[in-house]
Amino acid sequence: MENESKHSGCEVIVVTSGKGGVGKTTTSANVGTGLAKLGKKVCLIDTDIGLRNLDVVMGLENRIVYNLVDVVEGNCRVKQALIRDKRHQGLYLMPSAQTRDKSAVSPGQMIKVIDHLKEQFDYVILDCPAGIEQGFQNAIAGADRALVVTTPEVSAIRDADRIVGLLEANGFKQMDLIINRLRMDMVRRGDMMSASDVVDILAVPLIGIVPDDESVVISTNQGEPLVGSDSPAGIAYANIVQRILGKEVPFINPERGISFWTKVTGIFHRA
Amino acid sequence: MRHFFRKKSSCQVAKDRLKILLISDRVNCSPEVMELIKADIAKVISKYMKIDTGNMDIQIQTKGSKAGRGRTPVLYANIPILDLHTK
Repeated sequence: MENESKHSGCEVIVVTSGKGGVGKTTTSANVGTGLAKLGKKVCLIDTDIGLRNLDVVMGLENRIVYNLVDVVEGNCRVKQALIRDKRHQGLYLMPSAQTRDKSAVSPGQMIKVIDHLKEQFDYVILDCPAGIEQGFQNAIAGADRALVVTTPEVSAIRDADRIVGLLEANGFKQMDLIINRLRMDMVRRGDMMSASDVVDILAVPLIGIVPDDESVVISTNQGEPLVGSDSPAGIAYANIVQRILGKEVPFINPERGISFWTKVTGIFHRA
Repeated sequence: MRHFFRKKSSCQVAKDRLKILLISDRVNCSPEVMELIKADIAKVISKYMKIDTGNMDIQIQTKGSKAGRGRTPVLYANIPILDLHTK
């Protein structure tokens, strides 16, 4: 319902985490592909200048001619830097530059590029670099909402908390949390924080739980996002996409099941 | 249920560590600043009564309610009084 009313406008979503290696790029690729599979026009932008990766995860690395820095510097038009994904109608990628650094682009220039893309797309998804320096500032400059990715680890949660604070300070009203690489077996043993533990600590609304899944590695090897496949992570990403569109998709109520099983298995483990 | 088990689960350890970590992260108050605050408080209180500066303890905690990110930090000070007589 809500997504229909947004149809007139374009939603700009930044995928961020603070810490590196928690799954920002994988999330960007899968969310973008998932939205395109549902018929939306989607532009993915890799804002990690100097360490581009989204092109590889999307399997589009051989088709790069121009990049984000070329657009900003006026070496090409916006349209020329967009790579069309042949597998999914309406899905485009604007790659980042590999041989430059973060200072090649300013937040003001990012906003200009995004404003241009807004006219043609339903969704613009920005893959944010790790850290809280200029690359982060560039990535969040033109965004309306944020997906904060974390894993159930102390360091990742700490960084996510910092990021949430910075997003709040930058006036973000809509932030949603994705908990990545959750291992139910470890949660049951009491050796990993559960999704509700993480949500309690960060106090950000949850939009998805992605289980730790080998298929993610395989899909990255192949350069084909797994959203919509019947693997656990593929289903989780498909659900996230639905929730981004404003649809209510129940979480596969991990909490109830776990708290019961934590108790039962906990006894065996500790007795 | 948990207190039946002597050893804390590593999940509980992580949660406890994070709680303390995030309070100081959010308040953005370094240990050095805390020491300065502590010294100043001791100086002021000492004007009025004799206190045990060696055993005083100050820390920043969050107030009861778990109402999300808006929770207010409070400065908690535990200052043992040696002699209560007023000058």
